Amino acid sequence: MRTICLYFQVHQPFRLKKYRFFNIGNDHYYYDDYLNESVMKKIIEKCYFPANEILFDLIQKYNGKFKVAFSISGVAIKQFELYAPEVLKSFKKLAESGSVEFLAETNAHSLVALKDKQAFCEQVKTHSQKIEKHFNQSPSVFRNTELIYSDEIGVTVSEMGYKAMLTEGAKHVLGWKSPNYLYCNAIKPRLKILLKNFKLSDDIAFRFSSKTWEEWPLTTEKFVGWLNNLDPKEEVVNLFMDYETFGEHQWHETGIFDFLKFLPETVFNNSNFTFSTPSEIAEKLQPVSAIHVPHPISWADEERDLTAWLGNDLQEEAFSKLYSLSGKISKCKDPAILEDWNWLQTSDHFYYMCTKFFSDGDVHEYFNPYESPYEAFINYMNVLSDFEIRLNTAMPETNTDKELAKLRVLVAEKEDLLKKSISEVNKLKLNISKPKTSGTKKASSKVTPGKTKTPGISKTGRKSTKVSRVKKK
Amino acid sequence: MKVLMFGWEFPPHISGGLGTASYGLTKGLSRIKDVDVTFVVPKAYGDEDQRSVKLLGAGDIPITKRKLNLKNFSKAIDYLEVKSGIVPYVDPEDFWRLSKKEVSGRYNFIQVDSEGKIIFSGKYGTDLLTEIRNYSIVASVIAEESEFDLIHAHDWLAYPAGIAAKEVSGKPLVIHVHATDFDRSGGKVNPDVYAIEKKGMDIADLIITVSNFTRDTVINKYHINPAKVFTVYNAVEPLNEIQKAKYKKGTDEKIVTFLGRITFQKGPEYFILAASKILQKMDNVRFVMAGSGDMMNKMIIMTARLGITNKFNFTGFLKGDDVYEMLRLSDVYIMPSISEPFGISPLEALQSNVPVIISNQSGVAEILTHAIKTDFWDIDAIADSIYGILKYPALTKMFTKYGKKEVDDLSWENSALKVKEIYNKALSLN
Repeated sequence: MRTICLYFQVHQPFRLKKYRFFNIGNDHYYYDDYLNESVMKKIIEKCYFPANEILFDLIQKYNGKFKVAFSISGVAIKQFELYAPEVLKSFKKLAESGSVEFLAETNAHSLVALKDKQAFCEQVKTHSQKIEKHFNQSPSVFRNTELIYSDEIGVTVSEMGYKAMLTEGAKHVLGWKSPNYLYCNAIKPRLKILLKNFKLSDDIAFRFSSKTWEEWPLTTEKFVGWLNNLDPKEEVVNLFMDYETFGEHQWHETGIFDFLKFLPETVFNNSNFTFSTPSEIAEKLQPVSAIHVPHPISWADEERDLTAWLGNDLQEEAFSKLYSLSGKISKCKDPAILEDWNWLQTSDHFYYMCTKFFSDGDVHEYFNPYESPYEAFINYMNVLSDFEIRLNTAMPETNTDKELAKLRVLVAEKEDLLKKSISEVNKLKLNISKPKTSGTKKASSKVTPGKTKTPGISKTGRKSTKVSRVKKK
Repeated sequence: MKVLMFGWEFPPHISGGLGTASYGLTKGLSRIKDVDVTFVVPKAYGDEDQRSVKLLGAGDIPITKRKLNLKNFSKAIDYLEVKSGIVPYVDPEDFWRLSKKEVSGRYNFIQVDSEGKIIFSGKYGTDLLTEIRNYSIVASVIAEESEFDLIHAHDWLAYPAGIAAKEVSGKPLVIHVHATDFDRSGGKVNPDVYAIEKKGMDIADLIITVSNFTRDTVINKYHINPAKVFTVYNAVEPLNEIQKAKYKKGTDEKIVTFLGRITFQKGPEYFILAASKILQKMDNVRFVMAGSGDMMNKMIIMTARLGITNKFNFTGFLKGDDVYEMLRLSDVYIMPSISEPFGISPLEALQSNVPVIISNQSGVAEILTHAIKTDFWDIDAIADSIYGILKYPALTKMFTKYGKKEVDDLSWENSALKVKEIYNKALSLN
């Protein structure tokens, strides 16, 4: 059997708003709603809707012979729920076709696998539940954030009961071996490993529209020709890429949608390849050998390592500061705090702090809402500082924390009281001034000082409403 | 290739970046084979190497010619002091007419005896325009007396000297724009200065600007053909072996430093406003404004009004080693300039391992990646950046690791090589 495995990653982070240090302790809402919503709307229009439609048509047309897999991060699902429930519906429709497999990943699209095994398992579980709820599938294959994989992570994933995992066919791991076979974990051979054929995947994802590329323009005939040229013994070609490749990274005008539309037809007419989902491959194929990955790999940059997220002092500090809070978080029950905890772990926040400008600069800049990694770091750390204050208030551990927590409650109560009293004072004033308006000149002159005072009072009144609004958040 | 270079100041007698940059560049040029620079300033103070002083009587105009053997110069560059027995009076209005006369005619004019010497102050005083004009007269004489292939004039004060030398000799003129009046005045341009600048740019065969920021000004505000304007970035001298600290930090407070002339151009008030924002949130921090300038008193009053004088210090003008001493004590360096053609001082701060915050409206922002860049008016962003550096140690770690390297990779020799290319181009044009 020779088969193609198409897997698309769907992910959008909750980008943070500009959060200055004077917001710390005052403002507990961290996200740039406008930016997030507008990015989402743009991508939906350019990619998710048209691409989903094409996939659905292809599935109908080939009656079960054409298959794909998706991994949709929990962050993306949350944003669909908030901004575009119709997209969720469209993915549901694909799920119902029976030819689309949904993979498991971490709910927050986080790097937690590198730090905290227990938290990792919980995040994966949460995500799988979400997938089941929305798409009525219980994922059996796992893919980690950015295809990060190591032997150790594989063991954890296997222990969670997943039968296969996806990762990068990194050259420095494979050596002379080919990614076009099924492999297994070095410690737990029951966990099958599917390796991305990065050459053929990136021909579509990165090089498709590049006019300086000697193979441009890439047609489905040419692509399938390359597939036919592969060693006939090779069994599977794993084409893994961001779903946003279609219409967003490669614009509609480049012909990327036509490529997608005609790929199955060319494959069926010109080759003996079929399409399979990851779980089918894990079941049908025999692993040729174990793959040894003592140090984590990923699908990013030339190095295929973690340096895009954890490659400099900024990223290390932010990462360790974030996970220094895990202990308290594990005891915390406050849903608002736990929600923020999730979205703060998203790997993109660390990606924005990357300083590898020179080799992979273009790609990093394209996805980056910040002007510099330093700005990204400061903004993130400010948010994290506020988050820590909230967490300490909710879960006071030291005596000072407890004391502070008490005082904060006290202050909040006083603010409420103040607000009430001010509105009462204003009411009373109105009552006093009303009867006097019909009075003599003297009386009306008395009213004026009261009136001149009001702006001052309304100012404090405004202040206190601000506080109460913040508290609601 | 012999270069006759006109400047206005030369270390140690400098008031700003112009002297430092001219010095650095000549030093870089001195390391290039077959480039000989003769540097002319209106006034030399004589506290340089006196042994090589050689007086040359040139007609009625005494010119002090001395060979400078400064440290690190691989070749001695000629250093001409114009002591000047020039005309007793030159009517500024007449000057341009006179300077355009034939050489013989000018001689007549200068042949007045040495009783009426005009002393060059070499400072930016009220008589500046007269001095500039006198300087250009002497320049034309020097141009006549010496042999050279090309003229290079630094900034508007020296443009007329360069023009005069070009007119006398017919050699190509390269002018070097370190700043324009748009930077200094914030848009309220002095028409006299603009006219001098514009004339220099028009007459120059080629123009060197210290950044693309300045190049844009030259092209858009002075309407110069872009094809003759080239950017050559400044560099910074490598730090000599670190001397022992003179002062010890007497406090465990963090120190945030503004170092430069306290003038409109440098945006001192944005620093003060940012400081006051930070002081509302943070206690163990102190702000220092080092330098002097026409806005200093206004700034002192501003800090008093904001009620932050207990955390805000003014040092007055700092000279020589005190600059590095101040940087050594600093935790953050900030340059919120409104319009900064280049800005060497952030590079000096990075050399001293001090993280820097610079404005987007500066030339140096074009070459530094490991620095925080904000708009000068964005007080929130400035305050936030200062807070971030003081609060999150990874930033300082990153800046000291990469920022210093970035600065060390800049060298005056590289800048000089680019200047040399421009010289070649200018020579090939003629």
